[in-house]
Amino acid sequence: MPEAPTVPTPAPELSAPGLASLFVGFFGIGIVGFGGVLPWARRMMVDQRRWVSSAEFNDMLALCQFLPGPNVINLSIAMGARARGVVGSLVCVLGLLVAPMMIVIGLGGLYQRYGGIPIVAHGFAGLAAAASGLVVAMAVKIASPLQRHWAGIVIALVAFAAIALLRLPLLPTMVIMAPLSILICRRFPA
Amino acid sequence: MSELGHLLGIFGQLSVLAVGGVAPTLPEMQRQVVDVHRYMDRTTFAALFALAQAAPGPNMMVSTLIGWRVAGLPGAIVATVGMIGPSSVLTFSTVQLWHRFRERAWRRVVQAGLVPVTVGLVGAGAALLASSTTHGLVTAGITLVTAAVLTLTKMHPLAMLAIGAVAGALLA
Repeated sequence: MPEAPTVPTPAPELSAPGLASLFVGFFGIGIVGFGGVLPWARRMMVDQRRWVSSAEFNDMLALCQFLPGPNVINLSIAMGARARGVVGSLVCVLGLLVAPMMIVIGLGGLYQRYGGIPIVAHGFAGLAAAASGLVVAMAVKIASPLQRHWAGIVIALVAFAAIALLRLPLLPTMVIMAPLSILICRRFPA
Repeated sequence: MSELGHLLGIFGQLSVLAVGGVAPTLPEMQRQVVDVHRYMDRTTFAALFALAQAAPGPNMMVSTLIGWRVAGLPGAIVATVGMIGPSSVLTFSTVQLWHRFRERAWRRVVQAGLVPVTVGLVGAGAALLASSTTHGLVTAGITLVTAAVLTLTKMHPLAMLAIGAVAGALLA
């Protein structure tokens, strides 16, 4: 990665993208985004295509992370809505998903067809074990802000027990725990 | 036909409950798909999740793959639409209002207040997946090493998935 120029450059013009541009832009990040699409989305929307400024991107991202749903999907919906309304949103989300959907279904087909061969089955078992490790690492990473935040740690343990040990359904668990957690964290902040 | 309806219901609910991304919904996804509807065993669920992680694109692609496994291409489309539909409608209708209340203190309060719940849910997802993918010393080792390497280094997740697959094929 080359260093960003230190000489102040004039702010580049931002331009409202057309539908074709929206599709191509999101299609591009859909096929390269291995292990998380968000960094690629930022690069494409802010640096390469200059649809939004860095501050606008951050603002949009904050909304998309605040609302439920897959973050990068929300981001494509928000970007499309801003540029071209409903049609823009549909075009962005379609552009983002069409290639990954075909690829993932192709992989599923391979698994179905060759998954029975012993060496392939062992390979898939190894892949699945590694994917579990990936989620373990994710859990560790998002837990790190809770260090010494005892109220938060207790809430996390209760949520863990409710879902992993008691196998309670998510909907009632969230309906009860989300407001409680917000109230408790407000009373005992990190 | 009823399968498509179920898929839409399962993933439509997960869409709204996916606070903090898709990972916190994994336990409920597994509960619905494996325990409630018995579409597959938990080993297959874990394998599909792994495949979705190994493919490019957003990490919600696991829903596409589950839908495909249950009901072919229509299932893939219905599950995907379910997973992104409700949250997308919410995003679309909020995006214009957002700038009005983005600085309000309550937004920070809500966001910070949900972190512990998300941590518990992702932890639960990790525990359930790991218990489905551990069949012996080799798979247990792969999970532990992957988790340690990804926590302690900047290694790319995809590299660790590839190493896991090769290690599984050669050692098991």
